Amino acid sequence: MKNVSKIYGELRALDNVNLTIEQGEWVAIMGPSGSGKSTAMNIIGCMDKPTSGEVLLDGQDIAKLGRRELTEIRRDKIGLIFQQFHLISYLTAVENVMVAQYYHSLPDEAEALEALERVGLADRAKHLPSQLSGGEQQRVCVARALINHPEIILADEPTGNLDEQNERIVLDLFRQLHSEGTTLVVVTHDAEVGASAERIITLEYGRVTSDNADTKFGKGNG
Amino acid sequence: MTDKRQTVGTARTQGQAAESARTQGQATGTARTQAARRAMYFRMITASFARRFSRMVVALLAIIVGATVLSGLVTIYYDMPRQMGMQFRSYGANMILVPSDSAQGGMTRADIDQALAQVSNDELVGVSTYHYENCTINASPLVVAGADLEATRATSPYWYVTGEWPDEPGEVLVGLVEADFFSLEVGDTVTITHTLVASDDGRSALEESSVDFVVSGLLDTGGSEEEYFFISNDDMARLTQAEPSYNIAELSIQADAERLEALSEAISQEVPNVTPQLVKRLTTSETTVLTKLQALVFLVTVVVLALTMICVATTMTAVVTERRREIGLRKALGASDKSIVLEFMGEGLLQGALGGLIGAGLGFGFAQLVSTNVFNSSITFRPLLIPITVLAALVVTGLACALPVRNATTVDPALVLKGE
Ligand SMILES: Nc1ncnc2c1ncn2[C@@H]1O[C@H](COP(=O)(O)OP(=O)(O)O)[C@@H](O)[C@H]1O
Ligand SMILES: [Mg+2]
Repeated sequence: MKNVSKIYGELRALDNVNLTIEQGEWVAIMGPSGSGKSTAMNIIGCMDKPTSGEVLLDGQDIAKLGRRELTEIRRDKIGLIFQQFHLISYLTAVENVMVAQYYHSLPDEAEALEALERVGLADRAKHLPSQLSGGEQQRVCVARALINHPEIILADEPTGNLDEQNERIVLDLFRQLHSEGTTLVVVTHDAEVGASAERIITLEYGRVTSDNADTKFGKGNG
Repeated sequence: MTDKRQTVGTARTQGQAAESARTQGQATGTARTQAARRAMYFRMITASFARRFSRMVVALLAIIVGATVLSGLVTIYYDMPRQMGMQFRSYGANMILVPSDSAQGGMTRADIDQALAQVSNDELVGVSTYHYENCTINASPLVVAGADLEATRATSPYWYVTGEWPDEPGEVLVGLVEADFFSLEVGDTVTITHTLVASDDGRSALEESSVDFVVSGLLDTGGSEEEYFFISNDDMARLTQAEPSYNIAELSIQADAERLEALSEAISQEVPNVTPQLVKRLTTSETTVLTKLQALVFLVTVVVLALTMICVATTMTAVVTERRREIGLRKALGASDKSIVLEFMGEGLLQGALGGLIGAGLGFGFAQLVSTNVFNSSITFRPLLIPITVLAALVVTGLACALPVRNATTVDPALVLKGE
């Protein structure tokens, strides 16, 4: 990210942010509410374009791409996890996972069931989201995010609505994904969740105010 | 640092492997992929339909009502000329024959046959003849009509009889007004007396002839027929002790106004004892009534379909608004505008097809009901109307969904990350 700004009217939600995230890195983004964390996620996740600046993903400037190309990148490279889960209410757990396969390439129920098994929900596959607890719903989300083997998984406050036990399960899953080489970007308020990451970036008023990448990897944020 | 690079390397390789597996899969199993995608597509739209049924039910009902009215009214629309033709003819006569001045008050059977000879067999739908006589019951006057009751029954479907039509000698059908007056009920016996008029052989004294009749039925027509006693021609001959002398013959002829005019002309020329009269009102209005009714049916159908469309469009707009988050999510997962359109259209059209199918069935029932109640006859079932109704329902729902579904594609995927 080079000199990225996102401006809503008068408000600079992101103000000249420079940031490099390496492939395979596990990054936590922290900061007070309204500091631009979600805005940054939207831009990295190709769901929104910056007002100015460059965003290079695998060497491609997504700020210059059209709607259709952004859709393709989302589909092929990015897995998303949200604080409010966003499962489709009238589809079962396994069908929710299959929706991601459907848009990506090939819906395969067996593979979707494997993903649910991985998050410990094999026996809940035929349940509707309303029949699942918050933690279970979030694990379905994780299964949906990882089903297409994305290069990057973006999670916006993934544990914000979870109890401690489910938080730990989700963090364990993140650890596994990290060890497999998936890039993880996790927005969080939770110090423990932040501490699990290799690198913590803090945003305030749309600016990066701290980045411990220097101390960990001896690299500048630029 | 070295650690890091290695991990990155692994990720790359994995990503590339997945990528190549996918392209390979696409190359080798395109048909299988297509089938799996199609299966998932139907799974999604049917799940949405089945598990969100309460949300769909209003729109579905609207489509069912629209399709019912469409198929019902179209059935009636096409059946109407047939129904109306029969109806107008059975509502009687478009030509009546009355005695001319030379006939001395009545037409003989020979006179009528001579007149009928002018009309070809396939033009003549029916004839009913009536012979009226003044009679008395216990010195109270009444009018008895001798008729070919079988023919009358066939040509008067709107006559409502409590009890039975007379079918044996000595039975009488009594009009409601007269039944009231004489306090008669089905099964009662009455003695009808006819005063024989002095004839040429010089009898001057008035002679009376009395015959006992059993009331077989009471006649309710809402018209002047309720003021008569109806008996068969044979019984009339017994009562009057004379050859029948008809006062009126009602002819139902299938012909246009011009041809009727010509027939009337011919009869008055050829048969001196008979004066034909055309019943103008029915012959000329038959076609205008028909076109007006058909225009009305058409109008009602169009209005109902428009209302259906508005109702479906409203529901679909609400559905799209209600499901903005889901649409945003689908987009965030990589759904193209095209897939969003296909999914929502699919749901709409599924409703359209189902509603159309149910409506086509109900519509036939509705048409049948109208036909038996209004026209007193059953209707012909047209199988072609099922696909036509379903198609019309699909077109209406498709049009109704077009705008809301287009709006669905404008939903911003970024909204899924915006706060609750
Ligand atoms: N679509 C939008 N229109 C206007 N302002 C917005 C919009 N989205 C976010 N903002 C504003 O941008 C700022 C950053 O928002 P956000 O990135 O959601 O913060 P965070 O996720 O860190 O809480 C907030 O002040 C928010 O009100
Ligand atoms: Mg946020």
